[in-house]
Amino acid sequence: MLAYILRSLMQGLVVMLAVAFIAFSMFRFVGDPVVNMLGQEATLQDRAELTQRLGLNDPVPLQFARFVADAARGDFGISYRQGRKVSALILERLPATVELAVLSAIFAFVTGIAFGVYAAIRRDGWIANLVMSVSLIGVSLPTFLIGIGLIYVFAVELRWLPSFGRGDTVQIGWWSTGLLTTSGLKSLVMPVLTLGFLQLTLVMRLVRSEMLEVMRADFIRFARARGIPERRIEFRHALRNTMIPVITIAGVQLGGVIAFAIVTETVFQWPGLGALFVNAVQFVDVPVMSAYLLFVAFVFVLTSLLVDIVYVALDPRLRGGVLVPVK
Amino acid sequence: MSAQPASPAKQPPSLWARILDSDILASFLRSKVTMVAAVIVLVLFIGAFFSPWIAPTNPFDPATVFLSDANIPPAWQQGGDPKFILGTDDQGRDLYSAILYGLRVSLIVGLLGVALAATIGITLGLLAGYLGGRVDSLIMRIADVQLTFPAILIALLIDGVVRGIFKHANREDTALYVLVISIGLSFWVQYARTIRGSTLVERNKDYVQAARLVGLPAPLIMLRHVLPNVIGPVLVILTINLALAVITEATLSFLGVGLPPTQPSLGTLISIGNRYLFSGDWWIVTFPGVTLAVLVLAVNLLGDWLRDALNPRLR
Repeated sequence: MLAYILRSLMQGLVVMLAVAFIAFSMFRFVGDPVVNMLGQEATLQDRAELTQRLGLNDPVPLQFARFVADAARGDFGISYRQGRKVSALILERLPATVELAVLSAIFAFVTGIAFGVYAAIRRDGWIANLVMSVSLIGVSLPTFLIGIGLIYVFAVELRWLPSFGRGDTVQIGWWSTGLLTTSGLKSLVMPVLTLGFLQLTLVMRLVRSEMLEVMRADFIRFARARGIPERRIEFRHALRNTMIPVITIAGVQLGGVIAFAIVTETVFQWPGLGALFVNAVQFVDVPVMSAYLLFVAFVFVLTSLLVDIVYVALDPRLRGGVLVPVK
Repeated sequence: MSAQPASPAKQPPSLWARILDSDILASFLRSKVTMVAAVIVLVLFIGAFFSPWIAPTNPFDPATVFLSDANIPPAWQQGGDPKFILGTDDQGRDLYSAILYGLRVSLIVGLLGVALAATIGITLGLLAGYLGGRVDSLIMRIADVQLTFPAILIALLIDGVVRGIFKHANREDTALYVLVISIGLSFWVQYARTIRGSTLVERNKDYVQAARLVGLPAPLIMLRHVLPNVIGPVLVILTINLALAVITEATLSFLGVGLPPTQPSLGTLISIGNRYLFSGDWWIVTFPGVTLAVLVLAVNLLGDWLRDALNPRLR
């Protein structure tokens, strides 16, 4: 089991290094960092000085090593466009994105599992069919259209919810939270729904199909034969065995949540990391782009590691040291 | 599929006869939803590619567009003008025409992007599967790392990098190519994996060994002998990827890093419309949005059907 976790840790490190190399190449080779920092009008002497100071005359492998060391300490250089430290920009934007992403993920999983189980148990009920058809449409709708639709209904027509920003936030240390004020909570509703919707449909469809499969398995038949009440079979026996693939998807989908947070944040002018990244792409602000890339890679590696650990906790077969191929 | 082991005396059935006799056609005719989806896709493609002849006006000809016509509601609403069935956008362009032209731009970007992705993926997949060894592990490691990230994120990143490289080029000239490259480079992995998997199987079959013994060069064996035998599953990926590529293009354009307002795609139109949502001009965003959603839904339905029809195991 330890070997299993160590192996995923190693894989994660390799991924991080590969991503760091891409981020480094972006910084080093997309445009000239010296020109980007000093502008077109700088003197040759200024340029030579900055080149020396940034260490751009050193051999490339050394530069890469320095880049990795700096990044590991959280130093990503200075934003070309805003002239501030990238790490400060990221810390400032982080709380908005984390609150949005975590709430969306919770919303997607709780609702997704509930609907999925319902659709599996009441397979032919009209509510189950309705839910399934809506989810098919949900998979096909681009995220930003859902957001725009919600804005039109709830902000423009009904005027119930604000359409942009985080509302009032409360500062707790360096963390700014929107969870403690009414306007903050109201501002969260539509972005969370928008961001969670795609994940919700995916989780729901997955839970339903897995559940239907498990309910056909022999051990469920035997459980019925033993006279265990249906409710207990559904929730204790079937649902538990449905959870493993769901957890896998959960890990993968968190990436989706972060990626689509970029879109959701743009639709709702949410002051988070995604909006920062889109701005950076628009103005080719390479330090911010590479820092964001590294941040996302880190989150991915961390989640997949967590998923691997949760497997071991959920699936006793993995604990004996015998590796069972997991779906 | 259902072709009988033809005896040498009999003529093999013609292509047309085989199509009429195939399981695929039968399953197509059985599924009403698929037929509707196919009709919708066909109509949208025709509308898009013949837009210069179908559209009532050319929304990109400044001589026919008047700013005084801006933000006119659809014809059936009060204040509507029968000249503009679906109303006009902020620059006085006829929305119906703009949607047809935008649909064309979206589909061109989507098709070219998917074609690029498929070309890269098939080439790398063939190389990885056929050559094996170092080449294989290098290509597949890159694929693994890339698969960790969602396509939209990679497309955004590539978009930024490519624009950083062509910084001094005019954005209106390069936007379309930047999008095609971003989509192509973000979707190739799936093709490479699929092709590699089947190539690994085909590589050890007798006909490949025979071709090798005859002394054919490796590229020729890959292209002429292996490729035709592994290309089948790619069809399904192509269809489903077209929908994804169109969504990706629309998303990038919506985020302001795709096509500029002077040559709008559906995503650009939606992004323009989004700005006028609060003044109550709902039509500018709604019609392009609905068009996009219908297109994606129909293409997805076709893709689902194709997947089931080509995979006898699921039937």
